[in-house]
Amino acid sequence: MSTATSQRSFLAVLTGNPNCGKTTLFNALTGLRARVGNYAGVTVERKEGALLVSSRDQPVTILDLPGTYSLSPQSLDEQIARDILFQRLPEVAAPDLVLVVIDGSNLQRNLYYATQVIELGYPTFVALNMVDVARANGHEIDDRSLSAALGVPVFPMSASTGEGVKAFADAVKAHAARGTQRVIPREFSELPEDFGREAREIQGELSKLFPHRERLAAAEALLLLSDDQALQAHPDHYPAALQEKVRNARTRLEKSGTDWRSASIEGRYARAAAIEMAVITETGGPEETVSDRIDRVVTHQVWGPLIFVGILLALFVSIFWVAEIPKGWIEWLVGALAGWVSGAMPPGDLNDLLTNGVVAGVGSVVVFLPQICLLFLFISALEDSGYMARAAFLMDRVMSRVGLHGKSFIPMLSSFACAIPGIMATRTIETVQDRLVTILVAPLMSCSARLPVYTVLIAACIGGGAFVKGLTLTGMYLLGIVGALGMAWLFKKTLLKGEPPPLLLELPPYKRPLPSVILRHMWDRSSLFLRRAGTVILGINILLWFLATFPRDEGIGNRFEVERNQRIQAEHPGDTTPEAWAARRAALEGAEGEPGVLLEALRQLDREQAGEELRNSYAGRLGRLVEPVFRPLGFDWKMGIGIVASFAAREVFVSTMSVVYNVGAGDAGDEEGTSGLAERMKTERRADGTAVYTPVTGLTLMVFYVFAMQCVSTVAVVRRETNSWRWPLFQFAYMTALAWVLAFATRWIGIALGGG
Amino acid sequence: MDPRPLSSLTPGSKGVVASIQVPPAHRARMLEMGLLVGTPLEVIRFAPLGDPVEIRIRGYNLSLRRHEADLVLVREA
Repeated sequence: MSTATSQRSFLAVLTGNPNCGKTTLFNALTGLRARVGNYAGVTVERKEGALLVSSRDQPVTILDLPGTYSLSPQSLDEQIARDILFQRLPEVAAPDLVLVVIDGSNLQRNLYYATQVIELGYPTFVALNMVDVARANGHEIDDRSLSAALGVPVFPMSASTGEGVKAFADAVKAHAARGTQRVIPREFSELPEDFGREAREIQGELSKLFPHRERLAAAEALLLLSDDQALQAHPDHYPAALQEKVRNARTRLEKSGTDWRSASIEGRYARAAAIEMAVITETGGPEETVSDRIDRVVTHQVWGPLIFVGILLALFVSIFWVAEIPKGWIEWLVGALAGWVSGAMPPGDLNDLLTNGVVAGVGSVVVFLPQICLLFLFISALEDSGYMARAAFLMDRVMSRVGLHGKSFIPMLSSFACAIPGIMATRTIETVQDRLVTILVAPLMSCSARLPVYTVLIAACIGGGAFVKGLTLTGMYLLGIVGALGMAWLFKKTLLKGEPPPLLLELPPYKRPLPSVILRHMWDRSSLFLRRAGTVILGINILLWFLATFPRDEGIGNRFEVERNQRIQAEHPGDTTPEAWAARRAALEGAEGEPGVLLEALRQLDREQAGEELRNSYAGRLGRLVEPVFRPLGFDWKMGIGIVASFAAREVFVSTMSVVYNVGAGDAGDEEGTSGLAERMKTERRADGTAVYTPVTGLTLMVFYVFAMQCVSTVAVVRRETNSWRWPLFQFAYMTALAWVLAFATRWIGIALGGG
Repeated sequence: MDPRPLSSLTPGSKGVVASIQVPPAHRARMLEMGLLVGTPLEVIRFAPLGDPVEIRIRGYNLSLRRHEADLVLVREA
């Protein structure tokens, strides 16, 4: 398998349990040069970087595998790690060196995985991390006897303080320079005799079948024999004869009273406990660690939930309020850039496409960057400190009511900012069913793109004071939460039935989050989001621009041009040539102070022209085409355009309606544009003279937006995550149908209660 | 003393796992996390809503649901 050439970079893979400080060590080893991407077909984060101390002619690449408890995977994350170590992922070369990170303050369970990995037969180094924490807890670890017991080099360190990292990095570099060396095969599991015999039998078969990975055969045989899923997950990979052999071996073991499921696990833990006993000297630690003391408050019967709600509130306040400040700057920058582009080139279609299609399109994504960054900052800090596990611990009861895990809570929380990172966060969920259910309901949580839509509709339709308006907004968020939980319950009952596997949630000791790690996380994830969403939204905006601009009816432009020129001539009888009219307009636009009556009138004509052209465009025709679908909900063709455009991205509703109602290019988050649009919507009348935007219409529209799947980026991410079109299409269909039905119900209940 | 379900113990009580009656398909990860027959454990607390339960085994803290804790029998020390 390994077609090692002198050009190929030396590959060291970094692996270990979750919460062992692996990411901190990875950052320390690779500095800021690491790249973050995805494995083909799944959005499991692929992080790799060059070893900082490695030289140009002897490059060393470090690949950071997802945190793993064992080589029998329970989640997508763990499966990727296992597949790389077993050389089953074609895109990753066979590792030249394996670096196992062990949390010294949790030695026994970490040794369980470390011994599994050492048995794989790769050259292996052990990074004995968090020795400072172990010492503070009263455990002195003798790294030399640990090295002797494991048969591989052991490097004591504290990745968070940097202690011992340099020596480790140098050793990796020196090993890479020395080239390959023989590895003495090792076995750590103390197996019952008959089990050991059966395992060796299968090992022999595997060596014959897969000679290129012979050194893995012993470990693979052990897994095949004791892991229920190892065979089932790869029925094509293992020949039927081998599968038969494994099943027969299991039957024989069962007959002789050996539990093949637990024998190797028990044997390995027995050895791990013995090693731990031999290498640790108790020096007497505190009765209760700092972490235990924090937990007594944070998971307290009363304080726990209160602190939890407080953290959520802080998260929301920062997303909806603090983020508004940098958001304002970005909007200003985008506006300035659009102005500069539009001034730097002659007016025309290309100019319009660049300013309204490209700059405004990219800008509409970039304005959400502060919110996304803040959300990730919070989530990274909560994850890195160890609080996330406590949040799942506190919320598990609520989630279990709808058939999900506490772990599903985190993706749903993320979805308040944006469903995309929320859906990406589902990859730690163990079962396929639970992961799918979480993906299917995550977009029902009201994301930040719905906020501008709610804001403008509440301003236009809902009377009463700030309290009623605030209550309406809260109601929309609650409706999303109830909808998500309800649908999760329904899916678990019907479509994606299945007993969830037992919740086994580690509550790791609290750590002081390292700013470098958090900021790194934030940047990695935010830029991934930007790249992905940016490309999709950019494309859609260009498409929308074409739909809203063509076909062009020269007649409309000419008619308004004549009207404008007549206005100018009425006011200034001396202007009789096209040049004079153009000069007059330029002079008016360039004048200081408030615009005069004439300029206002001319601008009004510009806006009417834009509206008229939109009505005539493909987008306008589309609006009228879909009108019959939305008429039962009380929506007219203008709202139809807004809704159809919103299927690209929800926030597009605001800018589209601004164009439809000739309110100028009111930006989604721009306060003046929004309230201007709301004022204009209030004055909109039906043919019979009644108001269009009544409270009932407003509520109906908002309910539609709560439930409808209107986000191309989310559809694209769900497609990637589930690796098929089946689920995103199903999600789109169920959400849109649900939105229509509930909007319909809202309208008729509203009318029955006396609304209009 | 007869073994009792883990879920019936009070916070602070200690014991040793006597038997695990979780169905085989769901038992594997439990075992791999170090919850085996013969493992000493301490009950730390129950979550504010009564579920899940947090225990301490092999020097670290793990939480599991009552649903499984009912099926883990513990001989109290």
